[in-house]
Amino acid sequence: MIEFRESPKAKADMPTLQMKNLCKSYQLGTHELRVLRDINVSIYAGEYVAIMGPSGSGKSTLLNMIGCLDRPTSGDYLLGGQNVAVLDDDQLSMIRGARIGFVFQSFNLIAQLNVVENIEIPMYYQNFTEHESNRRARELAHMVGLGDRLGHRPSELSGGQQQRVAIARALSNDPLIVLADEPTGNLDSTSGADILTILDRLHAEGKTLIIVTHDEQIATCAERVIRLFDGRIAKEEYNKR
Amino acid sequence: MFLYRLKRTVKLGVKSLWMHRLRSTLTALGIIFGVSSVIAMLAIGEGASRDAQEKIAQLGSKNIIIKTIKPPEDQSSIGQQQTLVEYGLTYDDAERFQNGIPNVQVLVPNRRLSHQALYRNRRASIEVIGTVPWYPEISPTRVRFGRFLSTIDMHYKRGVCIVDERVVRELFGFDDPLGQDLKIGSDYYRVVGVATEQSAAASAAVNQLEQRDATGAKKAAGANVGGIYIPLTTVKDRFGETTMQVSAASGQTLERVELQEIIVQVQSIDMVLGTRRSVETLISRFHKKNDYEIVVPLELMRQAKDIQRIFTIVLGSIAAISLLVGGIGIMNIMMATVSERTREIGIRRALGAKKRDIVFQFLSETLLLTLAGGVLGIVLGSAIPYFVTQFGQMRTAVTSGSLVLAFGISAAVGITFGLYPAIRAANMDPIESLRHE
Repeated sequence: MIEFRESPKAKADMPTLQMKNLCKSYQLGTHELRVLRDINVSIYAGEYVAIMGPSGSGKSTLLNMIGCLDRPTSGDYLLGGQNVAVLDDDQLSMIRGARIGFVFQSFNLIAQLNVVENIEIPMYYQNFTEHESNRRARELAHMVGLGDRLGHRPSELSGGQQQRVAIARALSNDPLIVLADEPTGNLDSTSGADILTILDRLHAEGKTLIIVTHDEQIATCAERVIRLFDGRIAKEEYNKR
Repeated sequence: MFLYRLKRTVKLGVKSLWMHRLRSTLTALGIIFGVSSVIAMLAIGEGASRDAQEKIAQLGSKNIIIKTIKPPEDQSSIGQQQTLVEYGLTYDDAERFQNGIPNVQVLVPNRRLSHQALYRNRRASIEVIGTVPWYPEISPTRVRFGRFLSTIDMHYKRGVCIVDERVVRELFGFDDPLGQDLKIGSDYYRVVGVATEQSAAASAAVNQLEQRDATGAKKAAGANVGGIYIPLTTVKDRFGETTMQVSAASGQTLERVELQEIIVQVQSIDMVLGTRRSVETLISRFHKKNDYEIVVPLELMRQAKDIQRIFTIVLGSIAAISLLVGGIGIMNIMMATVSERTREIGIRRALGAKKRDIVFQFLSETLLLTLAGGVLGIVLGSAIPYFVTQFGQMRTAVTSGSLVLAFGISAAVGITFGLYPAIRAANMDPIESLRHE
């Protein structure tokens, strides 16, 4: 069992997320498909980073890698000082549950559960007590502006509301990083703008945000943009605010 | 903590099953019918078995009954107008058993006759049982009121009788039978006691056995409304030992039979079979004609048990097959559910669920379904035997063992058939399942 609390050695200047020479390749028959090559990137606490790139550039693979859904073929990936590359499946599940907050393009709420219960899912796997997780889920629902929709099912909510539930859910386990994959991709522009406002607010509160998108407009909200091309980091730029 | 997780998992399972109410109900039906058929089948089997054993136990498990049967008729006797046929057990036989066979604790010689009994203006056909004072020792018959026969009755060949409760009902109505006089044949008998009747089950068993003898008198015994016990010596004195039989084949025949049966009781059950052999050896030496039959209730009981066991196994396996089919149905549905909920599995995995959390989730869903089915099955399975008893006039017995067994089987079915779909769900790649539409 690994201990996920911040080790005393972790200093403020130590990156929250660090990738060193990270490569990922898939075996397609006899042919080796190299999706990510020599990725070196460090993201510090409180940063707001957008990852951009055309399709096929390895965006999704990098996202899976950051989200600890997949392990690198070679190289290291340190998340909060823990090397993810050496963890087994159970430990990956635990690290995802403890340190990552996921926001998906298609919301991915569970249909048979109501708003509060959906927000509670990550806490359920993190040994929160019943009382604690319920209180926290309600708080988060209020925070994203769904205080009056606690008992509703996802099918009774609009897309924008569903995505707000998803954001509340991503925050419920108090993660090191919030990872959003095209969070506005399935939304109309007004709801999308709402979501971006919430993300901005989270950033202002000091959360570390990583957002994967192909929308230049959205990328301008972030402090830093990492552009991928052909499995490599093609360009890193800082937005002026 | 564990309780909270359990509560959450159960709550989640109920919600997921509730989402597909019809599907869940249909799936559970397989288990409901499986479990209820197991219980009902076992209850019917058990009831029949108890019934048979009780009947036989009435005959006494430590008893050996030696009965008189009419030997096959000689061809030569046909056509003769009147013949005297002498056969059956004799007083000498009784003495030989008493003196010649060890382990014999009680020996009761009986004479049985079918007759009409008359009390005032009421008449009933009854069975006269000429017996000895210690008859109650080998029989479940007990004296309700008054007394049984005494040695003095025997010695003086007194005209006394003990009637059983059926005779009381038929002949006396509301009169107190004690001290009244009954007319049987040409003589009067004073009622000195009332005995319990042999239970319907026991007399049915006796009748079943009796139907195998060829004596006309015995055949008629089935139609008798009750029994009247009279001292053996009195019967011998007043009725004699010769009866007239009329049959189509040989016209009128005179038959002379001393005793209809001799009942021997041994000290303990394990002596029964050995003593039976001794009795057989002894009696075969003196009876060249095949005019006797040895009935051992213990053997009948064993045979009945064997038959019932086969019966139970057959019924049980039919029911078990239906449970198996139910289980396969559940597995089928769970496989469909898992593939339908691939995305949910992916979401949960991404949000921190370990493989074992997913296994636990789906397994508990299956278990909920089967246990709910099991409980309903127990209810239905206990109701079916009730209706069978009510309308089918058949004895049934729901044993707690069968309930535990059925519930255990349904839980086992849940685990067996739920495990594979659950493991399959857990082993899905989270990235693939998140992309699943």
